[in-house]
Amino acid sequence: MTTIDYSQELPVVEGRPTLQEINELIAKPLDTKPDKKYYIALAITLTMLLIGVIGLGLTFYYGVGMWGNNNPVGWGFPIVNFVFWVGIGHAGTLISAILFLFRQKWRNGIARFAEGMTIFAVMTAGLFPLIHVGRPWLAGYLIPYPNQHSLWVDFNSPLVWDVFAVSTYFTVSFIFWYVGLIPDLATLRDRATSKIKKTIYSIFSLGWRHSNRHWQHYEMVYLVLAGFATPLVLSVHTIVSFDFAVSILPGWHSTIFPPYFVAGAVFSGFAMVQNVLIFIRKIFNYEHIITLDTLEKMNKIIILTGSMVGYAYAMEFFTAWYSGVQPEQFTFINRAFGPYAWAYWIMVSCNVLFPQLFWIKKIRRSIPIMFVIAVLVNVGMWFERFVITVTSLSRDFLPSSWAYFKPTLVDGAILLGSFGFFFTWILLFTKSLPVVSIAEIKSVVPGAQPSHEEH
Amino acid sequence: MSEKILYSYTALFDTPNQIIKAAKKVKEEGYTKYDVNTPYPIHGMDAAMELKPSLLPYVALVVGLTAAISMIIFLWWQNTIDYPLNIGGKPFFALPAYIPVTFEVTVLSASIATVVAMLFFVFKFPNNVHPLHDTDYMKRVSVDKYGISIQAEDPLFEAEKVKSLFNSLGASSITPIYYSDELVNFKPKILEPKFISFLIILFIVVSGATYITLNKLLFLPPYSWMMVQDKVIAQKTSDFFGGGSGMLTPVKGTVARGFLPYKFDKKPELAAKELVNPLMPVKKNIELGKTKFNIYCSPCHGYHAEGKSRLRGQFPIPPSLHSDKVRNWSDGRIYHVITEGQNVMPSYAHQLSRQERWAIVLYIRALQRSLNAKESDLQ
Ligand code: HEC
Repeated sequence: MTTIDYSQELPVVEGRPTLQEINELIAKPLDTKPDKKYYIALAITLTMLLIGVIGLGLTFYYGVGMWGNNNPVGWGFPIVNFVFWVGIGHAGTLISAILFLFRQKWRNGIARFAEGMTIFAVMTAGLFPLIHVGRPWLAGYLIPYPNQHSLWVDFNSPLVWDVFAVSTYFTVSFIFWYVGLIPDLATLRDRATSKIKKTIYSIFSLGWRHSNRHWQHYEMVYLVLAGFATPLVLSVHTIVSFDFAVSILPGWHSTIFPPYFVAGAVFSGFAMVQNVLIFIRKIFNYEHIITLDTLEKMNKIIILTGSMVGYAYAMEFFTAWYSGVQPEQFTFINRAFGPYAWAYWIMVSCNVLFPQLFWIKKIRRSIPIMFVIAVLVNVGMWFERFVITVTSLSRDFLPSSWAYFKPTLVDGAILLGSFGFFFTWILLFTKSLPVVSIAEIKSVVPGAQPSHEEH
Repeated sequence: MSEKILYSYTALFDTPNQIIKAAKKVKEEGYTKYDVNTPYPIHGMDAAMELKPSLLPYVALVVGLTAAISMIIFLWWQNTIDYPLNIGGKPFFALPAYIPVTFEVTVLSASIATVVAMLFFVFKFPNNVHPLHDTDYMKRVSVDKYGISIQAEDPLFEAEKVKSLFNSLGASSITPIYYSDELVNFKPKILEPKFISFLIILFIVVSGATYITLNKLLFLPPYSWMMVQDKVIAQKTSDFFGGGSGMLTPVKGTVARGFLPYKFDKKPELAAKELVNPLMPVKKNIELGKTKFNIYCSPCHGYHAEGKSRLRGQFPIPPSLHSDKVRNWSDGRIYHVITEGQNVMPSYAHQLSRQERWAIVLYIRALQRSLNAKESDLQ
């Protein structure tokens, strides 16, 4: 058995590649024409997207009656999907901002990709509130502006907070991502051979010339943005949880929601990042940049957040019992043993039980197993949102209005379409921009920083 | 033909240690117009060059605070003066409810302002070209070399001295950089007609598109805003049936859906004789009966119809439905009680459909059978 020297940080990048090699490796997908496999993948995601578009077409033509939503269950799939996708986005900001503030160098290899995922996930999520209202062309009224009706939106409403939170989150994530890209775009500009590429890279690299007088401000801005993105990411899912928690429905009206939602969001986001990275590192030969150690660290975060989510599930039951409020108690018993018990137990097993396997080091470092567990985590997290949204609504205070929610094919088509939308963006991203930050990776290669030996 | 002007002398180094040393040395020699170019930020370089800390965080601070304060003031004005909304008697000025929006606006403005400040003040946006671009020097420092460049503008600049300084520091290559005044110049481009007209065009396109979308596109069919609807509008003539009236008088004897009159008003005995349960005692019907019984009947009659009321004496406790009397009643007789009520028990005709009432009867039968099982049931 080898002993590990914990006083030394593990190298982030394995195999001591030269800076030149890193440049070539990361820029390679942008230089080569996409191969057949890429087109097959793109065809699959576009087909999924098309199915979603058909579902949306039917919805907008015939109305939201195409969905399974019924009288007590007015929030169906669109809201479930919205919360799910916003959650997926959270891992990106956690990796790029929070881990940056904590000086976790292993984040450098995965941050760019995770940030890209954040943007695409938030874009996907942003579609759903619009879809949910049924007449998306009226969405402009969500934005407060002085208008001829002298009407204002209700700033005390969590749904309006949501508009602010999600749009801010998207904008700030986008800026953060773009700022991170500037040095890389300059590097690409300097090695571009075709004129068109060179012009595009020149425009977007804003005249960057790797000057230390720029790096100095650049690093400060990056730090400021990370400092803003950190509370922002916590606020976003907090506010999403307010959509539920501020109402008085049993099972929703609960102060544990904000931390519980944030933990769940990071949990599902990490699972998604881990899933996609497993493909990326294999396809683009990034195994020594996105190392097994990095994946293992991500799995550790998955156990941590998974356990937090499990704790929240337990706490909800405890609070229901301890509060002595009958409808609250009924709601939770109904969740676990009522008509939606199947969904509840899918959620518990995928979110609480399977991730616990990551306590075993072998499993934490086995790529096929961790892949399957992370897929299950995302299934579980989707069901969590389903359970929260649907079970509480379907059986509220008034038993005479109870009804069972059954999704329709159109609901399913839109859900599938959202995956198509998300993965189409991911695929386009991998072929048009460096999915690993060239500058950040170079800065953590062994020997990249001065050793200060003269002191 | 444009003339070549010397911009700077540059030197490339192979290791981060060398470049730190070089930067320190150049600073010591008293040069001010020099720069270090590295593929990634080198720790300790800011100290070696003795750069003053960046002022950009102050932009974030000032803009963030301004945004936060303005937002609170705006929300106060909007909610108490311009558009007060009474929500359940809560105070108009509700600080806790303003926190989310204020926070988001603060973060948004501060982040955008910091980045925009960096673009304009540090990167000198929209100036994009620079003498160092497109040189071999730039192509090396953007990959794996560490470069230093001393500008010809520097008061101490003397080509030979600079070269020998670089040599003494162990530079791997030393090159002069030239530029032509036509292609590259340092005048701020922000006031150039080209950039200004770009901004004007951008402004016109964005505002025009917004105007057209909000005021024209959104009113084209099919966006009828529900103003056009195929329905009868009160006090308006309708051509649908002819005769101008939007509604027809029903034919004599018409019965509204779900309102078939009950033939056995106050005639329990007749109901008992004539009414026949249309439902079969199959699982589906009994399940339906169970759900509805538990919702509507069990509060008074108890879950097992044994008369165990949950109303704690606030309503007369009903008799058990397992009595010989009720067991010997026909289905129609029980149906009659549900439909009409009996003494203090109210009618359930409006809450329960006919089918549901019959299903409840089936369930009561099942309950009765469970307390008075026959020998044959045990097999
Ligand atoms: C609000 C309380 C209450 C509810 C709810 C209620 N009942 Fe009753 N029920 C009574 C009372 C009290 C009586 C006794 C009335 C009387 O004095 O004759 C009664 C009598 C009856 C009887 C006649 C029993 C007898 O021995 O005469 C039947 C059958 C019956 N109920 C069936 C039902 C069914 C079926 C439902 C559900 C649809 C129902 N009840 C709901 C209070 C209720």
